[in-house]
Amino acid sequence: MSYSDATIWWIIAALGVGTFLIRFSFLGLIGSRPMPPWVLRHLRYTSVAILPGLVAPLVVFPAATDGAVDPARLMAATVTVLVGYWTKGVVRAMLGGAFTLIAVQYLLG
Amino acid sequence: MSPSTTKSALWRGVQASLPFIIVVVPFAMLFGVAATEAGLPIAQVMGFTVLVIAGASQFTALQFMIDNAPVLVILASALAVNLRMAMYSAAIAPYLGDQPLWKRALLSYILVDQTYSLAILDYEQHPDQTIAQRTAFFIGCSVPIVPLWIGFTWVGAALGNQIPAEYGLDFAMPIAFLAMVAPALRTLAHIAAAVTSVVLALALGFIPLNLGLLAAAITAMMVGAEVERRMA
Repeated sequence: MSYSDATIWWIIAALGVGTFLIRFSFLGLIGSRPMPPWVLRHLRYTSVAILPGLVAPLVVFPAATDGAVDPARLMAATVTVLVGYWTKGVVRAMLGGAFTLIAVQYLLG
Repeated sequence: MSPSTTKSALWRGVQASLPFIIVVVPFAMLFGVAATEAGLPIAQVMGFTVLVIAGASQFTALQFMIDNAPVLVILASALAVNLRMAMYSAAIAPYLGDQPLWKRALLSYILVDQTYSLAILDYEQHPDQTIAQRTAFFIGCSVPIVPLWIGFTWVGAALGNQIPAEYGLDFAMPIAFLAMVAPALRTLAHIAAAVTSVVLALALGFIPLNLGLLAAAITAMMVGAEVERRMA
């Protein structure tokens, strides 16, 4: 990370204000007016459109192994997704992934 | 409207949100640890958590900062993760909108995934509440969650300084992201969006300034919306 202290504070402030304005948008400014269905349809997918793409390179080319594919990290990621998908439990998914990473790293020495 | 029923609405909100504690506490700690490991001083870690209070977007901003992405790309991506909250704001406005601006501003600050989903469910199940009761319920939902989010981020940041790098903590963040996303894959449209995002992000990784990820995300969002439209 190579930002100046002031730049990081600017990022934090801008994100804080921006996020607040998103939350305040309808409740505070626009009022209760229905959004067009096509807008709602896109908003529903914002999180699942960004987060998987963000995480994919971290899983496939981990920085800790200098970008070499690592079986322990691949398996941990797979278990996290499967547990999260089947149980719908966020904490269970995290624990499953963490346990897999530790176990596989231990077994492979 | 008697004070006792407002009070009981507040209390109902507190009780309804208690189960979320076991999600909020580890996530808050994880953010504190990850942000500290990335090199942020504790004041900035806490600045994030208090001013933004939106876990997924905080992790997103942090990851882009680790990659030294341009500031505009960081802001665009992290705010895009929060766009779903515009949907929450629109959905909740008919229930909470008819009161002074300062109250609506305060409620906006605590409009997070958990308070939104609990409140909207409660308002639909108990349609004859007064606006004071609805507001009390909403605030009640935030009482266990917001202080714990802030407090345990601090705990995580304090711990992050103690944990040596070789314990595989680099992978705490990917696991946190995946654990947030997987339960959200409720429909074919969600899965289509997620798969598009992964494939395009990996394929477009060569594009500088993380713009490949932005393109992947926009395309994935359109794929999700289009699959939903066709399935309807």
